[in-house]
Amino acid sequence: MPKDHGIGASPKRREDVRFLSGTGNYTDDINLNGQAYVHFLRSDVAHGRIDRVDTAAAAAMPGVVRIFTGADFEGVGGLPCGWQVTDRHGQPMAEPGHPVLAQGKVRHVGDPIAAVVADTYEQARDAAEAIELDIEELPAVVDMKAALRDGAPKVHDDLAGNLCYDWGFVEENREAVDKAIKEAAHVTTLELVNQRMVANPMEPRVAVGDYNRATGDHTLYTTSQNPHVIRLLMGAFVLGIPEHKLRVVAPDVGGGFGTKIFHYAEEAFCTFAAKAVNRPVKWTSSRSEAFMSDAHGRDHVTKIELALDAENNFVALRTDTHANMGAYLSTFAPSVPTWLHGTLMAGNYKTPLIYVNVKAVFTNTVPVDAYRGAGRPEATFQLERVIDKAARELGVDPVALRRQNFITEFPYATPVAVEYDTGDYNATMDKLIEIGDFAGFAARRAASEAKGKLRGLGVNCYIEACGIAPSNLVGQLGARAGLYESATVRVNATGGLVVMTGSHSHGQGHETAFPQVIAEMIGIDESMVEIVHGDTANTPMGMGTYGSRSLAVGGSAMVRATEKIINKAKRIAAHLMEASESDIELKDGQFSVAGTDKSVAWGDVTLAAYVPHNYPLEDIEPGLEETAFYDPSNFTYPSGAYACEVEVDPETGRVTIERMTAADDFGNIVNPMIVSGQVHGGLAQGIGQALLEGCVYDENGQLLSASYMDYAMPRADDLPFYTVDHSCVTPCTHNPLGVKGCGEAGAIGSPPSVVNAVVDALQSAGRDVTHIDMPLSPARVWAALQG
Amino acid sequence: MYSFEVDKPGSVEAAVAALQIEEAMALGGGQTLIPTLKQRLASPSRLVSLAGIAEMKGVSAVDGVVTIGGGTPHATVAREAAGAYPALAALAGNIGDPAVRNRGTIGGSLANNDPAACYPSAALASGATIVTSSREIAADDYFQGMFTTALHEGEIVTAVRFPVPQAASYQKFEQPASRFALVGVFLARFAEGVRVAVTGASEDGVFRWSEAEEALNKEFRADALTGLAIAPENMIADLHGTKEYRAHLVSVMTKRAIRAVG
Repeated sequence: MPKDHGIGASPKRREDVRFLSGTGNYTDDINLNGQAYVHFLRSDVAHGRIDRVDTAAAAAMPGVVRIFTGADFEGVGGLPCGWQVTDRHGQPMAEPGHPVLAQGKVRHVGDPIAAVVADTYEQARDAAEAIELDIEELPAVVDMKAALRDGAPKVHDDLAGNLCYDWGFVEENREAVDKAIKEAAHVTTLELVNQRMVANPMEPRVAVGDYNRATGDHTLYTTSQNPHVIRLLMGAFVLGIPEHKLRVVAPDVGGGFGTKIFHYAEEAFCTFAAKAVNRPVKWTSSRSEAFMSDAHGRDHVTKIELALDAENNFVALRTDTHANMGAYLSTFAPSVPTWLHGTLMAGNYKTPLIYVNVKAVFTNTVPVDAYRGAGRPEATFQLERVIDKAARELGVDPVALRRQNFITEFPYATPVAVEYDTGDYNATMDKLIEIGDFAGFAARRAASEAKGKLRGLGVNCYIEACGIAPSNLVGQLGARAGLYESATVRVNATGGLVVMTGSHSHGQGHETAFPQVIAEMIGIDESMVEIVHGDTANTPMGMGTYGSRSLAVGGSAMVRATEKIINKAKRIAAHLMEASESDIELKDGQFSVAGTDKSVAWGDVTLAAYVPHNYPLEDIEPGLEETAFYDPSNFTYPSGAYACEVEVDPETGRVTIERMTAADDFGNIVNPMIVSGQVHGGLAQGIGQALLEGCVYDENGQLLSASYMDYAMPRADDLPFYTVDHSCVTPCTHNPLGVKGCGEAGAIGSPPSVVNAVVDALQSAGRDVTHIDMPLSPARVWAALQG
Repeated sequence: MYSFEVDKPGSVEAAVAALQIEEAMALGGGQTLIPTLKQRLASPSRLVSLAGIAEMKGVSAVDGVVTIGGGTPHATVAREAAGAYPALAALAGNIGDPAVRNRGTIGGSLANNDPAACYPSAALASGATIVTSSREIAADDYFQGMFTTALHEGEIVTAVRFPVPQAASYQKFEQPASRFALVGVFLARFAEGVRVAVTGASEDGVFRWSEAEEALNKEFRADALTGLAIAPENMIADLHGTKEYRAHLVSVMTKRAIRAVG
């Protein structure tokens, strides 16, 4: 019987009632008395010198409060980068300035030049059109390899060139890897593109700045995955506001997918301008603005070489990647192609020698940063594609080749600096083959062929490092922040609990899953637990939600705080029952004395804590409220095996996904329904990347896929019914819940299986196709079929 | 958007009069014009909404001719033309999404003549008559290139008369992002002959594939197209397909239409 409450049960998501009934409170729902509106005048050229910005005529337009330009921000810090990567030669990365409003030059289409604050949004927009601009257009660099050539136009004139860093990992392995590849029995080489993506959360970004003249307090309401991080970055590095005078609120947030982690210019602007004009200032991104101002994702160009010995054992792996940073360094951009990518190149395999080279490059494009999976999808895609190609070259079964090279003993220290604590890759592969009905594939292929279609089956494995992360480790790797999480558990007099967590929920279901954990620990109903998040004024300093870390890190902090609560409550119960503390047991919300029939209810104890008439005041403080900070000792390592079955229409090149199967090991599971939902969403984004989505610039840096007319978001009918399973469980060994994280798996694990399946389908028809770059649009697949 | 005045006349006559004002624009269902205004890509002084004109709405079928009022939304056509002209109804039922189908109108679509819109192919293949506020125009004379028609300034499409063919099929290959036609082929078979109209593919907008029509008039089967090919030169090339790909799809979609009508 499945459980009906506590850990392992699947209660419906309580937050969905407000999300689905239009009663959520999103940032755009916040309207403050007297608020003004800002419209940003953005560059329509990719690269240009700003010769003149004349705002005189515009400032006289109706309703205009004030117009700001880069000059207004000369005394203000630029947007900081939160991660410093050290290159192969021990030198720090090139780190250009990132002004709130452009100063001297514009560097990508969408770069903000001026900001008009007016009584209404339309007036702000009207006035922006009256700003007189002289911008001398300069040659733009878009292609990464072209950007690194001598004489290429420089995105930042004060840097030596467009190279941000040339990173080698592990640099000491380089010669050994070169030698092993040179001497290997077989080397499979693949060149591929992991295309640029636009996250496109349903809710565009919004910021509302407010300033209280009476107290000097600033408040920023913003669409963020991590309000405390925004408070720290913006307060300390941009505007010079101490944390106790700055409150950041991220209320209901309609999807993040990474792109709402970062600190953006618009947030700093609204906070700054609210004080400058002494009115609240609001900005709501249009969808068109989102395409050219939200940080993009992925955008890697890679050559990967896999060397095998005569027995098909993997002996060495070498990768050479160019990673696009865009025009500026977004908050965590440098970490994505390095520490979130290079460290994952071992995958599920015991390849002894690995060398990863990444050149990060500045171009005249929107900045690129983390997007669901962040570095790990890029690592998984190239590795699982090159293994598939190797299997085909060697004429061996792709599943058998993977199994032969699986890591089977744990803990396992990879040659790329991480140690996997647990996993069972054969178990998830066995489960995949069972639930994906591999045995029936031949018959399904025959049925497809009878209809004139080609059918392919593609498989891949994945591993990810999430639950990020041990602060001392990431500090050594260049992170400029800690990556712990916090929780305060406040028990009320009548027994209800409020958990104030530093994690942030923007669709993940924390408000439902976190109470399940507490309900299990105390033995009370989940409805007695409320989750509070998203406001720096009433939650402890937390690092927010990304990298599949909420339950593994934030949940662990909540468990630690709840353990403190239970320990104190037991001492109170012992006093009430005149028993020894060591004899007190807590079960089903009752404290009892072991070996007796004496008991007191949870509510009796909590009431005693706040009405301490009969209470050991000399030994225990009244009240029942505890805080814990949890810093993990390692990453967590979810893993799994995915399979995709496609039909290809050979006449049109159109690919349809007929089956999509995911067998994941997420460690222990708190709410299986929510986990399935997270996998479903990840699969939609992974399939979106594989078949549909792609952000395209022309050679002048104009964004061609600037709206949904050309940027293909997956729709429901593009997606199949999924078969997902997470019954293979190897619990994480180092967090109290034994959980690993599930938020990114679907997006990491699915693109290679889709591409592997299409290649399999085309090869089944005798076509010599070994790779097609994503998205596998009908036009690209048809072109591949033509040879 | 910029500010503008709005008129909502109750008759075609009043609408025509309202459109005499300088920089006035007719507003059908607004599925193209409203997004254009929101992006500030047009600045009409006045919008003349055609939504309140009862005489421009509705579907009727008389003597082998289906007449659709210019202000009739796609969803209504999908529902009410299903018996009289199933291929046309199916086309209407697969334009855009439910919101588009319940606001967008046939008159608006034909007046705009987007090169990837569905309706122009049906009108051209059916040999429809475009009835306007001042005259009647044969479809063969009406479509004059991408976003270009025979309509004069201030002239309104009040109705479209479709002769109902013996059999017809619309085969649409969707552009993955917009779901407009990457290539759409409407094939209509009349006693007098076959008409094949292609949308989405050409830089010159919707066109008749006369070589295919001739071949099919000799022999109505997919194989009749063997050896026929559209020259890629005038095809559209964009993010979603090369000229060669679109030219190829014209053949594929035409063959599918032939098979669909049997």
